[in-house]
Amino acid sequence: MKILVAIKQVPARDSRLFVEPSGAWIEENDLGYEVNEPDAYALEEALQLKEKHGGEVVALCAGPERVSSTIREALAKGADRAIHILEDDLGSWDSLSLARLLAKAAGTEHPDLILTGLQSDDLGFGQTGVMMAELLGLPHVTLAMSIEVDSGRLRVKRELEGGWFQNVTMPLPALITIQSGISRLRYATLMGIKRAKTKEVRKLSAAELGVAPASGIFLRRVYAPHSQKHTQMLTGSAQEQAAQLVEKLKHELRAL
Amino acid sequence: MSGILVVTEQTAGAWNRMSFETVAAGQQLSRTLGKPVCAVVFGQGTGVLAAELAGYRFDQVVALDHELLGNYTADAVTGALAWLIARLQPEIVLFPHTYRVRDFAPCLAARAGQTLLSDVIGFQLEDGSLVLQRQLFQGKLNADYAASGPGAVFASLQAGAFRADALEKGESPVETLTPPLDAASIRQQPETPFRESARAVDLSAAELIVAVGRGIHEEGNLALVEELADVLGAELAASRPICDNGWLPMERQVGSSGQTVSPKLYLAVGISGAIQHLVGMKGSRAIVAINKDAGAPIFEVADYGIVGDLFDVVPALIEQVRKAKSV
Repeated sequence: MKILVAIKQVPARDSRLFVEPSGAWIEENDLGYEVNEPDAYALEEALQLKEKHGGEVVALCAGPERVSSTIREALAKGADRAIHILEDDLGSWDSLSLARLLAKAAGTEHPDLILTGLQSDDLGFGQTGVMMAELLGLPHVTLAMSIEVDSGRLRVKRELEGGWFQNVTMPLPALITIQSGISRLRYATLMGIKRAKTKEVRKLSAAELGVAPASGIFLRRVYAPHSQKHTQMLTGSAQEQAAQLVEKLKHELRAL
Repeated sequence: MSGILVVTEQTAGAWNRMSFETVAAGQQLSRTLGKPVCAVVFGQGTGVLAAELAGYRFDQVVALDHELLGNYTADAVTGALAWLIARLQPEIVLFPHTYRVRDFAPCLAARAGQTLLSDVIGFQLEDGSLVLQRQLFQGKLNADYAASGPGAVFASLQAGAFRADALEKGESPVETLTPPLDAASIRQQPETPFRESARAVDLSAAELIVAVGRGIHEEGNLALVEELADVLGAELAASRPICDNGWLPMERQVGSSGQTVSPKLYLAVGISGAIQHLVGMKGSRAIVAINKDAGAPIFEVADYGIVGDLFDVVPALIEQVRKAKSV
């Protein structure tokens, strides 16, 4: 089975974010980056499916030169090869154009299965994967918790709201978006890191793929959210903070 | 029509309550823009629900009815709604941002050549054009998006972003439509939904909740928060990553995939406040947050905030709560 995993690089989870003075985007100069967490689980699921059923795992990632670190990490964990769509300013692309770009690159591989995370931790649109399925004419399910493959069909356990689940079956080829946290992520081994250096990374550009950004929606400005409540901050040492909170719990919230 | 289409959601004749938040947003947009607003309920045997919708102000209510819409599949719903949108030609299509909408709306938008503005928290008019707000970076920042170019705007609305308690009543005409669906074109076969196990803990009845998040770092540290819950007489709850790791059972999870709670006091320890968590607890009567990151979104909904290391603050708090209780 040939599995393609679409992964994205995003600012590291604990990053302090600062909006540019123009409000156009965030300051990127001092940011650290990491793989989008749900995509890490998509890769893990792909590697486990390969271990069970054989085949090949191809990582697909779009972005500037810096995303090479995320691609190398995927290769070190066990992806067989990768496709890097090398573009500098994808930040200004809307989701549909990005989905077109990724679908075009994915389509050349004719994978049996495409996996990706259910959403990105930066923009959080949660739609690129589903749009890829539509553009490639593939059936899809979202929010997958586990995947079984049996004689050319998939049985996917998907998460519904409020603690409910549902199994859905569908034929291959297909696209599945993966819920975060569904398994234990593996670490890259030293051997894996060494091997990654010799694995193939095919570089493509949007121009080579014949995809340009469309003008569907545009980002006007980015800003810090206004507090929805008047939050009273309790300051001082830990002891002082705790003492103030106990006062509030006792007299204002009547929780003691 | 050249106006707003409100897409509602129901399962086996029971509304998803977020449908009415979407109705409220649709009516509000209709007033702001001076445009007509229609609502659609899709499924099998939707007559009763359509009649209920007709009691609110719409220019039209559509019952989009087909036996293939009885059990949800992305293929059937995308096909049916794409057909309806081609027929009605709305300028704006609104959805509740439910798990189901996340499953089909991106397909529908792509089929119409549009990007979906998902998880929208508000809108306003700027120089006559519609600007929609949504969150970035798990709620750390907000962003304003405008639609450009031809075609409809597709937007899904975050749970709780619009209030469903101020709907305009009315008497709206209902039209029942049967979309042209073909069983052979539906590739997903859904089975009956199930729960993993009977839920032993009902957090929704708890008066006091102490909830723990990623900030606790490792399983061994949980005892600290358990002790705090104990001295307060509170139920222990958690954000998703804690339950994903198996450190606490899933039934203690608060958020969109767990329970929705509204206790007298919700004390969030080491929880950053991703939106999936906030939707499950922001109705609490009082919220206290302890987090080392002053920029954490949890502080936006908190009544009281403590910026500090939970490993310093929580032991101090346990000690002082004990003292206060022993007096």
